[in-house]
Amino acid sequence: MAEPVLDIEVLRKSFGALLVTDDVSLHVAPHRIHAVIGPNGAGKTTLIQQISGALKPDSGRIRLAGQDITALAPHLRARLGLARVFQITSILPEYTALENVSLAVQARHGSAFRMIGPSSGTGPEPMRALDRVGLAPRHAIRAQRLSHGEKRRLELAMALAVQPRLMLLDEPLAGAGPEDTASLITLLAGLKQDCAILLVEHDMDAVFKLADDITVLALGRVIARGTPAEIKANPAVRAAYLGEDV
Amino acid sequence: MSRASRMVPIALFASLAAIPILREAGLPIGGFLPLIAGRIIIFAIAAMSLDFILGVGGLASFGHAAPLAIGAYAVAILDAAGIHDATIVIPAAMLAAGIFALVTGAIALRTSGINFLMITLAFAQMVYFAAGSLADYGGDDGYSLDARIMWAGWKLSGRGGLYAVSLVCLFAAWLLFRTLTASRFGRLLSAARQNRVRVQSMGVDVFAVQLTSMVIAAMVCAVAGVLLANEAEFVSPAYAAWGRSGSLMVMVLLGGAGSLHGAILGAALVVLFEEGLGRVTPHWPLIFGPLLVLSVLFLRRGIAGIGRGDG
Repeated sequence: MAEPVLDIEVLRKSFGALLVTDDVSLHVAPHRIHAVIGPNGAGKTTLIQQISGALKPDSGRIRLAGQDITALAPHLRARLGLARVFQITSILPEYTALENVSLAVQARHGSAFRMIGPSSGTGPEPMRALDRVGLAPRHAIRAQRLSHGEKRRLELAMALAVQPRLMLLDEPLAGAGPEDTASLITLLAGLKQDCAILLVEHDMDAVFKLADDITVLALGRVIARGTPAEIKANPAVRAAYLGEDV
Repeated sequence: MSRASRMVPIALFASLAAIPILREAGLPIGGFLPLIAGRIIIFAIAAMSLDFILGVGGLASFGHAAPLAIGAYAVAILDAAGIHDATIVIPAAMLAAGIFALVTGAIALRTSGINFLMITLAFAQMVYFAAGSLADYGGDDGYSLDARIMWAGWKLSGRGGLYAVSLVCLFAAWLLFRTLTASRFGRLLSAARQNRVRVQSMGVDVFAVQLTSMVIAAMVCAVAGVLLANEAEFVSPAYAAWGRSGSLMVMVLLGGAGSLHGAILGAALVVLFEEGLGRVTPHWPLIFGPLLVLSVLFLRRGIAGIGRGDG
């Protein structure tokens, strides 16, 4: 196996007496979609927050492309190639779709302190990214006027345009309608050509369609890992979900 | 931006420039109007600098009277030392206000929303009480300047001098903030108001961007403080009072937050109400208050936003 893009080693985090991340280790290989699943309260969100830098782990280590990022500020992790798509759609509502993507590209590749000269385009990448997600015809629309599904796509375009090493997708299908979900799954499946993906998703059908590897969390612990077929057949996973559809 | 809305700032600067010219030409506008207009210009500089952090950056500072007072006190302290050279006084005022913003901003920016508002207010109150304790500069009673600042031996007195310099400063401030707002830095500052976490995840040090904007705003506001001290030839702790911070905020909201030139409209309205209605009744805020409430309710983009359909 090639060097993992994301390498998490015995990560541990507790809130008071509550252990929410209990010695979690996890590796995401290049150009693979690694899904993290588990019932509510399994510690998926806490894990995501430790990877993005919103929370600091008590112990353990997180490496991005070989570099230790455990103690790094969130914006510095982004500069090293970590892109995020949030559970609740996170865009810049007052700017057009193209401006959203352009600003993401500018912020990633240049100084934030350029004060002279208008903030203008940055070559073809932003438009190309919008085209990938099917938003090119809507590039001049203000982001707040886009539909929910379009906002999701815009967020994906912003993540894609900065050419990240790893994309952190936190429930990218949340709130999407059935036909939206189908086309988003196709879109997401294509993204692994660009980068490695860590996917947290509740929609099990989508997870089994998309994921190359799956890690199952329950009460903060890794209870299973393997290919989708292995996870489907795993009795411990079935027990953890207790009747939830697996 | 439509052509009409681009004309508004130009029309504003043209009318402010016209006032002393018309007076020189002998039009019966009295000595009162240029005096009022002079104050409007000075407060517009302060309000515009606040608009940059409040309207563009979403940083609701309730302590913007602090850099104003620091600028004014820089004039008083240098006046007492016999220094009136504008090329010393203005940079000194800007430096002092910039350092103040750097230190207090670094602390205030650890909070947000209502806490940010309260902590900036607290820092401004510290300036207020510190100014009142400056016994060498009149303490609570304030300090009367010996002379106005000078530039290359040219004294800013007489009818037009200070007015012209103030107007040039306002125009320069407008150009500066307009350039900044359109730049990558300004776009990211605005983006951080719209969605802080998103900007952070784009790889931007939001704290550094916001702190820089606060320092720039404070330095420009200090220039307004220098002008204000020279206009009144008097400096007092009242410049740092919380009511002054509040009225700067009112100017920004009334004029149209984020528009920059709206600060001129807001400053004009507030000063005219203070001076005009204030002559009729000391209870003028009783009339002004409800008006402000109405404008916040019905003119969400302020006066500058009237006629712009892009809500």
